[in-house]
Amino acid sequence: MAAPHREPVVREVYFYATCLVDLFFPDAGMAGIDLLQAAGVRVILPRGQTCCGQPAFNCGYWEQARTVALSQIALFPRDLPVVLPSGSCAGMMKTQYPELFHGRPEEAAVKALAGRVFELTQFLVDQLDLKLEDLGQPVKVTLHSSCHAQREQGVLDQPKALLRQLRNVELVELERERECCGFGGAFSVREPGLAAAMACDKAEDARRTGAELVLSTDGGCLMNIGGTLDRLGPGPATRHIAQFLWERTHVH
Amino acid sequence: MSIEPSSLEIDFLASSTLALADPQLRRNFRRAMDGLMAKRAACFPDPAEWTRTQALGAAIRAKNLLILPELLERLERNLTKNGITVHWAGTVDQANQTVLELLQARGAKALVKGKSMVSEEMGLNHFLAAHGIEALESDLGEYIIQLDGEMPSHIIMPAIHKNKDQIARLFSERIKHAKYTEEVDELTAMARAVLRQKFLDADAGLSGVNFAVAETGTLCLVENEGNGRMSTHVPRLHIALMGLEKVVERLEEVAPLYSLLTRSATGQAISTYLNLISGPRGGGEQDGPREVHLVILDNGRSRIYQDPELRTTLACIRCGACMNHCPVYTRIGGHAYQAVYPGPIGSILTPQVEGVGLRHELPHASSLCGACEEVCPVKIPITHLLIRLRRESSHSRPGGTVLGAGTARSGLEDLAWAMWGWVLGHPGAYRISSWCATRFGRLLPAGLPLLAAWTRTRSKPLPGRRSLQERARAKGVPHV
Repeated sequence: MAAPHREPVVREVYFYATCLVDLFFPDAGMAGIDLLQAAGVRVILPRGQTCCGQPAFNCGYWEQARTVALSQIALFPRDLPVVLPSGSCAGMMKTQYPELFHGRPEEAAVKALAGRVFELTQFLVDQLDLKLEDLGQPVKVTLHSSCHAQREQGVLDQPKALLRQLRNVELVELERERECCGFGGAFSVREPGLAAAMACDKAEDARRTGAELVLSTDGGCLMNIGGTLDRLGPGPATRHIAQFLWERTHVH
Repeated sequence: MSIEPSSLEIDFLASSTLALADPQLRRNFRRAMDGLMAKRAACFPDPAEWTRTQALGAAIRAKNLLILPELLERLERNLTKNGITVHWAGTVDQANQTVLELLQARGAKALVKGKSMVSEEMGLNHFLAAHGIEALESDLGEYIIQLDGEMPSHIIMPAIHKNKDQIARLFSERIKHAKYTEEVDELTAMARAVLRQKFLDADAGLSGVNFAVAETGTLCLVENEGNGRMSTHVPRLHIALMGLEKVVERLEEVAPLYSLLTRSATGQAISTYLNLISGPRGGGEQDGPREVHLVILDNGRSRIYQDPELRTTLACIRCGACMNHCPVYTRIGGHAYQAVYPGPIGSILTPQVEGVGLRHELPHASSLCGACEEVCPVKIPITHLLIRLRRESSHSRPGGTVLGAGTARSGLEDLAWAMWGWVLGHPGAYRISSWCATRFGRLLPAGLPLLAAWTRTRSKPLPGRRSLQERARAKGVPHV
């Protein structure tokens, strides 16, 4: 028996690009918007988007993080979900903004915002119950879920659930699926040796899966794993999961 | 590699680079940490049970810390009632002096030690050696590294950086009349033969404390080898060392903490030995020490205690799960941290004890992945505290209690963040920057500062030809 079709409750969302997707993964960002629109959701991309402020927050420069965060919080005045193609930046808005503004006049507003922040695949699965039909050729892929996606957002099953809907896509799990790839923002330049060792191990893990593509919810991890794979020689390519899902399910 | 915290300049970048270049060390740690992670996971098969137990552990420790000053007074009263003498030490020097005086007053020349991280904190072995007293480690791992003149590389498994072959070589070189063998049972028997005699000959025994129970005046000691029982039981004098945070209010609180400790540390449902020490040999008893003394060490803990957020550092029950699960620790091992307590817990504890300026690199020795926090049996918010200490190292504030706050501040970094904040806090400035980055970013030479650190092992990241915001606008996505 076919499952009854469920009308998505949410009809309108804010899309927050994040600086990394805006500058380095615009295809992934467009795909994220396309996926939402194709699911019948009206997507608003607020003007004035820059960065969530996480780099300064993590490095201990909270005053600068607050300046940037304040300019971004103002972009979502209506009570709509805020969807981000990044588990890490979603984690920043959901978990770290309340810490950053603890005991400050903005705290209540920040907490209200935190309650409506979603990572993209989380939103597609948990809120929209998105159904996908695979139009692509058979392909073997692996998935790296970012630490912040899995540990702060609880996002690990959602991207997998989406990939498993695609009948020609074989998902091979990484041996150390839950281990950090070593990106960590400033960590990768502050502790370059350690970060490189972690990235190499992750890249080797991805190569051992025999997958053609490494997918991830997060641009930072993709940049790190992809950049390392480039140096290691022949191996899988990297792609943001939003771009992969869109390319597999729609004729272009 | 032998590193003493005081004898070398502290340079984490250099020591971690050295460790990363040692393939044997990396193999040893990877294998050992994989084993420990698997054993722990097998002990917590039910996520709901884990969540409940972890919450209970966190609640017990939080409550005990909340009433810590009062608990310590109760502990002293009840220990005294039980015939255990309590000594307070503000600094490691005072603690060392106390131990020395106890030994000298009884003419003791040989001390046999059960495992104690507080004694490592004190540098006790070196101190006693300088005063003509031999301190012999009796925990097998501690014994191994003592033979090699090393520090522990892990708080639970001090010799985890060595593999069997390395230990075989060490024993054949350092133990009198030892033959070379790679058989684990034979190696263990060799150490046992040496240690047995030492237990019998020792004038005094020394141990750590896992939990001190305030209401009963009991010292709990968790161990697997029986050396803890021998050290605290055979010699006529027993000296126990503990950090002042180790106190719990009630005996019944030990059970859940003990279960969390053994499962988190070594993946054991229970340890081979749990010693509950409640005083010296009583009248008519056939064995046990004639005297029991407890030295309670502060060494910066009461300063840490003053800050309600940083205080959570003191909830630690020293299981080592955070290091077992840390992708950084796994790759460099404990020595690279050049601290008594390595890994994530060390990266939050050491800077608070020694100063956030002096040890400012340690809170940065983390990608903030959160694996440590996830397995911490008492829910110490480790990533949060790492970030807090990064803040403290570059920013001092009035009324702050952190040692060395603001002393690692760099004008260059301040300037960089000020510029970053200005550009990203002004959407107009960001638009101009992103326009430039998408048009010319590809042309940046890979050798630029920061970019060079990235491109040493990775290809250069290339910006898109147009930013997402430009493209979405052109496509008619509502951009308001």
